[in-house]
Amino acid sequence: MTRPPNPLPTLLRTPPMIAVGLAVLLLLLGELVRPGFADYGQVTNILRIAAFLGIVAIGQTLVILSGGEGIDLSVGAVVTLGAIIIYRFTGGSDALLLPALLIALGVGFLIGLVNGVGIAWVKIPPLVMTLGMMGVVKGLILVYTGGRPQGATPPVMKSIISDPWVLGIPGDVFIWVILGVGVTLLLQRTAYGKALYAIGSNRTTARLSGVRVERMLILTYALSGMFSALGGFVLLGYLQNVFINLGDPYTLPTIAAVVVGGTALAGGMGGYAGTMAGALVLTLVSSLLITLGLPEFGRQITYGLILLVLLAVYGRERRLRG
Amino acid sequence: MTLLRRLLAQPYALALILLILGLVVTALFQPAFFTPRTFANNLRTYLPLILLAVGQTVVVLGGGIDLSLGAILTLSSVVMVQAFGMEADPGPLRTFGGVALGLLVGTLAGAVNGFCVAYLRLQPIIATFATSFIWGGLALWVLPQPGGNVPTVLQDFVRAYFLMPFSLWAVLAILLAWAWFLGTRWARALYAVGGNPQAAFTSGLSVERTRLGAYAAAGLLTGLGAFFLTADIATGDPLIGGPLTLASVVAVVIGGTRLSGGAGGIVGSILGAVAYYLLKNVVALSVFNFNLSPQWQTLIDGTVIVLALAAPGLLRLVRRQP
Repeated sequence: MTRPPNPLPTLLRTPPMIAVGLAVLLLLLGELVRPGFADYGQVTNILRIAAFLGIVAIGQTLVILSGGEGIDLSVGAVVTLGAIIIYRFTGGSDALLLPALLIALGVGFLIGLVNGVGIAWVKIPPLVMTLGMMGVVKGLILVYTGGRPQGATPPVMKSIISDPWVLGIPGDVFIWVILGVGVTLLLQRTAYGKALYAIGSNRTTARLSGVRVERMLILTYALSGMFSALGGFVLLGYLQNVFINLGDPYTLPTIAAVVVGGTALAGGMGGYAGTMAGALVLTLVSSLLITLGLPEFGRQITYGLILLVLLAVYGRERRLRG
Repeated sequence: MTLLRRLLAQPYALALILLILGLVVTALFQPAFFTPRTFANNLRTYLPLILLAVGQTVVVLGGGIDLSLGAILTLSSVVMVQAFGMEADPGPLRTFGGVALGLLVGTLAGAVNGFCVAYLRLQPIIATFATSFIWGGLALWVLPQPGGNVPTVLQDFVRAYFLMPFSLWAVLAILLAWAWFLGTRWARALYAVGGNPQAAFTSGLSVERTRLGAYAAAGLLTGLGAFFLTADIATGDPLIGGPLTLASVVAVVIGGTRLSGGAGGIVGSILGAVAYYLLKNVVALSVFNFNLSPQWQTLIDGTVIVLALAAPGLLRLVRRQP
């Protein structure tokens, strides 16, 4: 028999499972420190917040998997722009929601496309290109809104996103799970997914085996922009309101969620299930810190320390050898 | 002509061109910019970013990146302000002790970053993102609200004028220190480690110690930047450094230093930092002169920065097609 007698321990040692274990541990810890932390309603709420982070982190996962120091720092700004487009274009009208959503997704896609062109053809390092794009998108938001967004949220968004579907769990959690299954299938079962892992692990080999590397990169960054805009849609449904910095706090945590979920920043290794678990862990950490009643500075320091510890546990690079 | 050709062959040619462009446009539309007093004032506000950009360059040359420099600047600055106390003349001990303490804190923070990256082998982008929370949180703990005071002797010091503005002396000192550094074996180690860590390791260089040193040096330079900033604005602010981190990366890239490490230098980054501010000034001028609403400024700023970042790649694309 070549099969290991008990495959379970190996499965449990994969980063996504470690992250899930960590999430359970954090939940228990929260319940110990503040009874009521693991209440059904509380957990649902944590799942919802994790869902936004998770949805925005879809694009980040794809981009990081694509390798070549792939990263997208424009996600937060695109989240804001997506939400603002829907908010303003519909002006609260249900009938206009679908076209508004399509426009928002299209604009997100276009912004990502420009990122991809800059990175794949003009050879600008991803960090720098998407950083610059963040500034441009923020400018677009200011020009589009004049600094003060006008509009309203269509009421139907509340019933899609905030109202419970089944078992008191609201729609955004289901949307997240559906997207999670979809993205995982996209990565594991489609030609796109195979090509993405290929260019992430080794560009040259991928090119020699017939993958159109540049086109794949451009498409991947465009998808990242589109998923960010979708994150804006979900966030708007939750908050029912927009402001100029809506998405900013999500940018860097998406990267952290991807890394905590075991996707290597070097590319080519990992998957979306890990990112979902990572988003859950990060959300639990911040909720726990808020529940503990730590002052702002204490929360920031602890968040940073926890992130460092998580990285040290499984985000480490290989040792140099002679 | 040969001098011109040699200048254009430098990695910092782009920064130089942008700088000259910025100066020419400013000279045409805002001649008052060049009156000695205004010029000196402007240079003084540029100085902190120049120092951050130089620090970032050292880290990038060694193959890393530091996304916590803005937070370190803030921390170092609020430590200085708290050490000075509220009196206009707290005596030499508190005055110079405060500056020394701030510089020490900056260096230590940089060294901790370096330890995480070099010895714990964490990925620089995400590790320094994590530590930026720690430094920012500590800064909030040291000085929760903007306030505090800076001894008048320090305020006068950074406004000193001896043959040329103080800021120019400071830049000259940095350049001299850099020229000295380039002659040492540390410089060779830094470039070697950034260019090819495996080869550097094999040839017996201590990759860890070199990286740690680069981060600590960046921390010290950031501490110096904090000193200039604090003495200039004469107060403390627990959120002041944030935007400077990304600006320092932009200055490094415009300055022709390769983000993957091992090639470049601080001359480009200094030019890049000044060009960054001049371009912002030009954008502000044109928004004003064309009677655009102020919201356009962010958008144009962002676009100009992206174009500046894209310029080297675009030039390469154009050259390849005869």
